[in-house]
Formats: sequence, C-alpha cells, structure tokens
Amino acid sequence: MSELAFFIDYSRCIGCKACVQACEECDTHRGRSMIHLETIQRRDSVQTAPQVCMHCHDPICARVCPADAIKQTEDGIVQSSLKPRCIGCSNCVLACPFGVPKYYAQIDQMMKCDMCYNRTSTGKRPMCATVCPSQALAFTTLEEIEKTRQGVPVNEWHFGPEPVKTKVYVMVPRGIKSVDIGLVQIENSSSTIKSDPFDQYDVASILGSC
Amino acid sequence: MPVRPGGDIGIFNGMLHVMIERGWVDRQFIAEHTTGFDSIEKAVSKYTPEFSAKIAGVPPSMIVRAAELWGQASSSFLLHARGIEHHSKGVDNCMAAINLVVASGRIGRPGCGYAMITGQGNGQGAREQGQKCDQLPGARDIENPEHREHVAQVWGVPEESIPHKGLSAVPLVEAIHDGKIRGLLSICFNPLVSLPDSNYVRQALEKLEYYAVIDFFLSETARYANVVLPGSLMEEDEGTTTNVEGRVIRHRKAVDPPAGARADWAIICDLAALLGYRDKFSYSSTREIFDELRTASRGGVADYYGITWEKIDSMKGVFWPCPSVDHPGTPRLYEGGRFGHQDGKAHFQPVEWRPAAEEPDENYPVILTTGRVVSQYLSGTQTRRIGSLVDQTPQPYCEIHPLLAERLNVTDQDFVKVESRRGSTTVRAQVVKTIRPDTVFIPYHWPLDRAANNCTIRAIDPVSNIPEFKICAVRVSKVPAPGDPIAQLEPQAGGIR
Repeated sequence: MSELAFFIDYSRCIGCKACVQACEECDTHRGRSMIHLETIQRRDSVQTAPQVCMHCHDPICARVCPADAIKQTEDGIVQSSLKPRCIGCSNCVLACPFGVPKYYAQIDQMMKCDMCYNRTSTGKRPMCATVCPSQALAFTTLEEIEKTRQGVPVNEWHFGPEPVKTKVYVMVPRGIKSVDIGLVQIENSSSTIKSDPFDQYDVASILGSC
Repeated sequence: MPVRPGGDIGIFNGMLHVMIERGWVDRQFIAEHTTGFDSIEKAVSKYTPEFSAKIAGVPPSMIVRAAELWGQASSSFLLHARGIEHHSKGVDNCMAAINLVVASGRIGRPGCGYAMITGQGNGQGAREQGQKCDQLPGARDIENPEHREHVAQVWGVPEESIPHKGLSAVPLVEAIHDGKIRGLLSICFNPLVSLPDSNYVRQALEKLEYYAVIDFFLSETARYANVVLPGSLMEEDEGTTTNVEGRVIRHRKAVDPPAGARADWAIICDLAALLGYRDKFSYSSTREIFDELRTASRGGVADYYGITWEKIDSMKGVFWPCPSVDHPGTPRLYEGGRFGHQDGKAHFQPVEWRPAAEEPDENYPVILTTGRVVSQYLSGTQTRRIGSLVDQTPQPYCEIHPLLAERLNVTDQDFVKVESRRGSTTVRAQVVKTIRPDTVFIPYHWPLDRAANNCTIRAIDPVSNIPEFKICAVRVSKVPAPGDPIAQLEPQAGGIR
C-alpha cells in the first residue's frame, strides 16, 4: 500500500459545508476556515467545489514571497505564513493559480490551509476529510481511491504554458492525464460565448412544454 | 427529475407501470413474500407514462428512463425524507415508493433496501421510545390492550391510568385554538416557526390559560409561556440516539449546562415528584431510564432489551430488534423476505393520486414549497444563535426561476412579498434556473416576518397527521426593502438588514 494522500472529487461535493465548519472550529487558525467552498454559478446550477491548498511541488506562493514567510516541509506540505515574517503584501494571494492564500487585514497576515499539519504529520486525517459525508474530500491511499471511484486521480496541471504538479490529487474522467486550463477570455462577446453551457441544466428546458 | 410538488405518485406509479409492462418486477419474490400485487397491477394499469407525466409535471420520457434505470438495476436502495412526506397525501406517497421497492424484490439483502430518513437527531428513537402520542415504548400501540398491560406492569401503574391516543402537533394546536385544551407543558417545541399557518398558531398560543415551557433558549414560542424552565442541549446531557438504520448509539456529555439550567429528564422527575409520583420517577441517572426502556420495549417491534451501554460501545452501536443480551442485534430488517406482518409477508397497498389541499389558481397562481438549508436546524432555536452558521445563511430567501422572475419584473436580490390566503413573508429573491418556473421555494427556519410558515396551509395527512408544508398557493410580487424597526436589526436579532 502506498502512503496516504489527499483527493478531491468535485463530482461528489454536495455543498453541505461540513468541511468549512470543521475547519473553522479548529483552534490552530483562530476560528477561520482555511478551506474555501466555491459556489460555481448558483443561478445555473447547485454545483459547489471545495478548495484546499493543493500543496504544489514547487509552490509559487513561496517563490513570490519577498519575505520568505512560506515554508515547505520535507514531506511536501506548504505551510501557512510565518507570523514574524509575513509583511501582508499579498503577492502569494495574487500568484496562486488555485486562489488558496487569503490575506486577513485584521491580523495583517496571510493564512492558508496546511493540510492540518499537526494531524497529518502524526498519522491522523485532516479535519475536512474526516467530516466530509460524501467523501468528496478523501484522505486515503491511491489503491483505495482507484478501487472505489469511477474517475482517476491526477496531480498535473497546465495553466496556459505553465506546468504545475501538486501533492493533492483531483478526480477526473478516465483517459485524462492532466488538467489543462487555457487562457480564458473574460469579456463575454458573442464571438467568445457560443452558447450557455448550463442551458442543458435549466429546469425549464428539461421540462420542455410540460 | 424536477417533479411538480405533489406529483410524486405520478412518478412512482408510472415507473411501476413501465416495469410491469417490460417484465422488470421480481415475480418469484412477489409470489413468495407478498400479498395484494393483483390490486397493484390493476391500480397502475392506467398510469401510462403519458398519464403519469401529467400528474408529475415532467416529460413522459423521463418516467420511462427512470423505470429503465430502477427496473434493471441489480441492487438498489430507496431513501426519502420530508420531500414526499410533507403532503396531505404523505402516507400514500410513501406507500407508492414502498410498492416500487417491494415489486423489485430488492429489499432484505445486501446492497438493497428502503429507509425513511427522519428529520431530526433521534427522530427515529424518540417515537420508538413512546414519545409519539399514539405509541408506547418499543413502538407499541397505545390502543392495544396487551401492549398497554405490558407497559403498565413495567411502570407499576394500573393499565387504566395510561392515557389513550393523544393529539399530534397540528390537531393539538387546533384543540387549543378551539378552547378544548387550556394548559400546556412543552419541551423543545417552537410551533410558531415549525408548524404551518403561523398566524393561527399565534392565536392559539395567546388563548392558552397556562403554558409552561422547557427549552434551552427562549424560543419565539417560549415568549408566550407563563413559566420557562431552562433545560439542556444534547451536548449537556448523555444518553442514546437511534439513527435511520435502527442502530442505537451513545451520545456523551460534552459540557455542563450553564448555571440554573438542568437536564430535561431531571426537570420532569421533579415535576412528577411535585405531583405526588416521586416513586415512579425516582431515576438518578439517564442510564436508569435507558434500562427501564430496555424492559418496557421488550417483545415490541423496536426491542431494545438486549442493548446495553457496554454493548453499544464495544459493537459501535447495536441494531434493534435485539431481544436478549447475547443477541447480536439485527443490522438488516426483512432478511430473506420475512416481513413484519403476522403472515410474514409484505402487503401491497395500491394508491391513487389526488390533488393537494390547495392547488394554484387565478388569484394565487404560484406553488410555494418550503424546506431546509444545511446550516440551520429545524426552527433555528439553536442555529440562529451561532455566528458562523448565521453567516452561511443569514436570511431566508425565495428561489425563483428566471422565466417567472421576468414575468414579475423581479431581478436577483430584489425583495419579494410571497403571500397566501393565510399570511405573507417578505424575503430577497434568488433567481435560479434550478427550480421549476411554476414553483418558488423558501426555507422555513426563521420567525415572525421572515417565516415561510406564515403562508403554509394547515392541511394534514389523514393517517399520519403530517402537515402539507410542500404545497400551498401563493402570489409573488416585487416590493421595496422593508424599513420597519425590526427589519433594521442585525439578522441575529431577527432583522433583515
């Protein structure tokens, strides 16, 4: 059996926020949730997506930090910022491709998910994966996840030409080797948006003439 | 499937119609383990996909597709909660669902079955233990002479001193409103938020001559009480709960109640002593109460006799029925197709669809359906006080489809007044494509001006007395943001600011 790893299966997320609540109740980060639950586009869908720190092998948040306040442990966990060093510049907040680090003005410091280092370094599971009722957040072995899920885990990403490898895996449909995210045109013009991808989920179009 | 509220029987009977037609029912299981399937075949013969689709409000092809998936599955588990139950035909909806399960023969074996998720922690256990107005401990029938005799012996009281079937929540409030009940003692009961037709409930509470409340916080309802006895939260007491599987589990005390508040059971024992029955309520711990329940439930459907706290700990919960201390419990009901009736068979009961108590019309053209959000619990007496949960869902809101919103000139986050024949509530609109254009949804956990139950109807199922929270007729209109003093308060204080 391989070692325990963190897997996110977005298709299983039911938006219950148990992860957010459990994270928030932990004493180690001052009652703030370090996991973010994103509502994708409530108008069109009830889909939600939990976002923990992906713990990049080569963490860009640490690379852009001018104060060297973000440390990576030998086992690949990217830690939250060190209070004596963090100058609150938010470089990391802007640089992270996953939107994980957040700057808290009240304490003038960046805080982020450290995969419950106090727990995982002693063989316990992170709080969010412990409470997740649908196991959209799972802390288990590769063998177990491959046995129990329809998708496959990947930890390779391409943001435009930039490759990123992460410690955390996401579940994707079989056949996909990496998650490739091209340039996104933000402005909605008729030439960029061909059709509303969510239209097929509109209850009115499901019902047709009923 | 975006089923029209109240159209569930169209789905269930329609699926069964297709399954019978295509040979996807388990004829051998039906012959060996059930009775009454003829009447089902007769009843669902007219529920063609086209006929059923008119009831369910979805395309016929969707019902056929559902039947294809369910009918040909090798294993299946049917779970439901309040969605199909909170109807004036709630019991029939459940019967139709059960027929679908039993006809497939996929029950009482691994990976298969049926369950009804109760609406609250220990919703399952409390009724088995005799808190339901028509039951005695062990899920016994309060009108059955043998059952009454057994429990009377355990309690050491004459059989005739045990009352007969009482009133469920809605008939209870009606009896208060009619002046037939003038005094009330309630525990953790907040009908002003949790029962339909809040204005009627308020009138009833105002009529009570004497009202005593045991609760852990001063709920909206407790404000009508003459006496409030501070009780305790689950976290401040210990005991067992029974979950949807019939698994009895321990819950442990995490903190002491604050000064002056006491465990609910201790308050009840003291009240009994004041009424002259100290000897019948001489418990010194919750464990003694549980041990009495073991004896009282012995031989009943929900038999706890063989369940001890030690066994619960060592076995990670014990499933009833568990008739003796050396019995391992019963993790799966109806194993081998043996059911609870005298003849050991499942009895099919055909159901016909009928309309809701109040369907939309010209004056009130939209269906209001109510329900819950994940961050608030029941009437909100606990969760509307917890900052991070309030932050998650600070206010009720009205989900409305863009097509309906456009007709009403409503855009996202506008305030809308949702009004029925009984009352109204004003909340923000949330325009979403995930709801039917003929229906709006409001979660019910909030009081006063923000109560969805101002609108809901006081119609109940004739068998279970469950209220029809899922359907009433309303009209929806855009209104300016409320500017009254209450509206100006912080959400935690009841405002909508």
